[in-house]
Amino acid sequence: MVDNKRIDEPTGTQTVGHEWDGIEELDTPMPRWWVLSYWACIIWAIAYVIVYPAIPLLNSASTGLWNWSSRGQLAQEMNVEAKRRAPITSALATIPVEQLEAKPELLKAAIEGGRAAFKVHCVQCHGSGAAWSMGYPNLNDDDWLWGGDLSTIHFTLTHGIRNPDHDETRQSQMPAFGGVLTPAEINSVVAHIRTISGQQKPSAASARGAILFATNCVACHSTDGKGLREFGAPNLTDQIWLYGGDADTIRATITKSRFGVMPRWNNRLDSVTIKMLAAYVHSLGGGEAPPPPLKVATNVQP
Amino acid sequence: MSSPDDLTGPKQGLYEKRKGVYPKVVDGFFRRFKWAILAVTLAIYYATPWIRWDRGEYAPDQAVLVDLAHRRFYMFQIEIWPHEFYYVAGLLVMAGIGLFLVTSAVGRAWCGYACPQTVWTDMFQHVERFIDGDRNAQIKLAAAPWGAKKLAKRLSKWSVWLFIAFWTGGAWIMYFADAPTLVRDFWTGHAAPVAYATVGVLTAITFIFGGFMREQVCIYMCPWPRIQTAMLDEKSLIVTYKDWRGEPRTHGIKKALDTSLKTGDCIDCNQCVSVCPTGIDIREGPQIGCITCALCIDACDKVMAQIGRPRGLIDYCTLDDAGVEKAGGVGTPILKTLFRPRTLIYFGIWVSIGLAMLFTLGQRTRLDLSVQQDRNPVYVRLSDGSIRNNYTLKIRNMETRPRIVDVSIEGLPGGVVWDSEGSREFARQSINFPVAADSVAKVRLFIAAPAGGPEHAEFTISTRARTGDERGDSDAVMFERPETKDEESK
Repeated sequence: MVDNKRIDEPTGTQTVGHEWDGIEELDTPMPRWWVLSYWACIIWAIAYVIVYPAIPLLNSASTGLWNWSSRGQLAQEMNVEAKRRAPITSALATIPVEQLEAKPELLKAAIEGGRAAFKVHCVQCHGSGAAWSMGYPNLNDDDWLWGGDLSTIHFTLTHGIRNPDHDETRQSQMPAFGGVLTPAEINSVVAHIRTISGQQKPSAASARGAILFATNCVACHSTDGKGLREFGAPNLTDQIWLYGGDADTIRATITKSRFGVMPRWNNRLDSVTIKMLAAYVHSLGGGEAPPPPLKVATNVQP
Repeated sequence: MSSPDDLTGPKQGLYEKRKGVYPKVVDGFFRRFKWAILAVTLAIYYATPWIRWDRGEYAPDQAVLVDLAHRRFYMFQIEIWPHEFYYVAGLLVMAGIGLFLVTSAVGRAWCGYACPQTVWTDMFQHVERFIDGDRNAQIKLAAAPWGAKKLAKRLSKWSVWLFIAFWTGGAWIMYFADAPTLVRDFWTGHAAPVAYATVGVLTAITFIFGGFMREQVCIYMCPWPRIQTAMLDEKSLIVTYKDWRGEPRTHGIKKALDTSLKTGDCIDCNQCVSVCPTGIDIREGPQIGCITCALCIDACDKVMAQIGRPRGLIDYCTLDDAGVEKAGGVGTPILKTLFRPRTLIYFGIWVSIGLAMLFTLGQRTRLDLSVQQDRNPVYVRLSDGSIRNNYTLKIRNMETRPRIVDVSIEGLPGGVVWDSEGSREFARQSINFPVAADSVAKVRLFIAAPAGGPEHAEFTISTRARTGDERGDSDAVMFERPETKDEESK
């Protein structure tokens, strides 16, 4: 094939020597500056190898003159980001949580920070959407066991629920009625609870259950069955069930009781993160307004 | 690999040393036309960022501004948001079809007259002639050994080039920020680093491309000559040496004026080659090095006038006409060449795209809604048994003033809406938000409705501003309820 190289008449350029059905290709010489740019690239590549980590060694790679590493770069970028966020972080560190709602910009930042922290620390039990799964409450709804205003959520997060090693933790325990009431009595209580929650019509059983409820349950769940937040006792008249509202589950709950635990976070997370998490959970849609301030009798004349 | 001895054919080097190009000064119709285009295009380029345009207190007052930092593109009364980038895409399509149109009609007119590479090279060559002298002086100087005089000339030429090159980049950045502010910031060292980097890069590119690379850019680096070459046809006007008139060539004026000799019009004076900015010989026929700047036409016309022959030995001519004229006929009139189906179709497409864009620009609303429904959880059961869905709304207020926007829901029986600052107690079927001028408000909406109803209910969220453009925007969205359990449906 190379034998066919010839000078093309109109252009005066040599052909490459290949020929396809009479079509030939010109071997136009490259301009010389092209070669120079090629050499420049090679020099650049050599410099790159010297300056940056490039040569693989047994356990690592050559470090390069500039000592650059992707980890180092990440650390540097994280530093810059931490500096950028420093004003927000320090403001969150000093502000009492009950005053957070008065600062919309700070609250917004806290919610976004909480969104990120939630995905690291909370999703294991509550799920990434904070939706219900059996025994783990739905944080999006308007029903709260211990209270849903910002400060109360913050308290629950800080001290946890039923933590054995912590004095301030949320503490309450429902007795197991399995040995206290007979199975038939428990069935009557179940009927009563399903009646007050609107799931079935009043019956003879529910009437019997109402009497048993009045003697055994009202201390915590209150006379109307709407629960008491001081004890974390759930409202039994609404449509939201932590473990399930069907007869079997309610029966199991009464017989064996429940003992849900949430870890406290004050020994795991810093105060800023806990405030952020509280703000985020409060923002999910069920957050309540702060309770009205207690009226203190003031007879002091100004 | 076969050794070089195996080659029976002729040998040539792998790489080619550059041949110097020292175009001679020329005057004539096309040269003056080029000066005019150079003046107009550069005036547009340098002056545009300084035109002011009042848009009120909430928007910049620069007529043409590509505000990358805030993602807005302003062009006189048109303001384009990032999601409307298809208008810019439309402009690019128009530019493409415009080039098809120009190329099919008058060949590589873009290359010869309007391309920045041509315009800046032209300017640099003008500086070169001013400092070094015309073609012959330049050749002599290039060959001369380096001495004080040559160094002085080179340094002064390069500094003028650098000055021009700097202003090329310096003008470019004015399109991307408020020009007067940027000038002040630039010289006090407060401009963004990217401004200095852009000026640096553009200065270097202009200096190297306009001063040293010149025709090498057109011949080796630019893809456009290849594309344009493919777009030419037999009816495109291209710069043509009329060999049927010029050949056989004579050498010198005397022979040409000797009527006893049978000669063509070409006296081989080489003027067409001397003035060519890419250093080609047009008499070899159409070629990729020809940017159709038409300076050889000017040069040749001048010579033809001197020897008393009609002008146009080198002239704009189509391939079809070349055949006709060679056979002794008369070519098609120029208007008929320009207005033919191909150019008219290109023009039609170009105009339709332009009109379609103008029409949609006039029709577009300045309020836009996009709704994203929370997917995790899809729905929330509330304590009274009703169902809540959460939505994130993005409301774009594209007018340059703050507006209050009403958001309402339709087609969801019993549905009420509230936001993170409201509560369900006071929820209604509509809610309103202030949206700042020329910005996007992101709001989270809670919508609750009774549990009874279809599993997937479609309803509408619509927005409408209380002031300005009355047209609003609405989105059809879903309201999700839990699956109906079999035992409940029984």
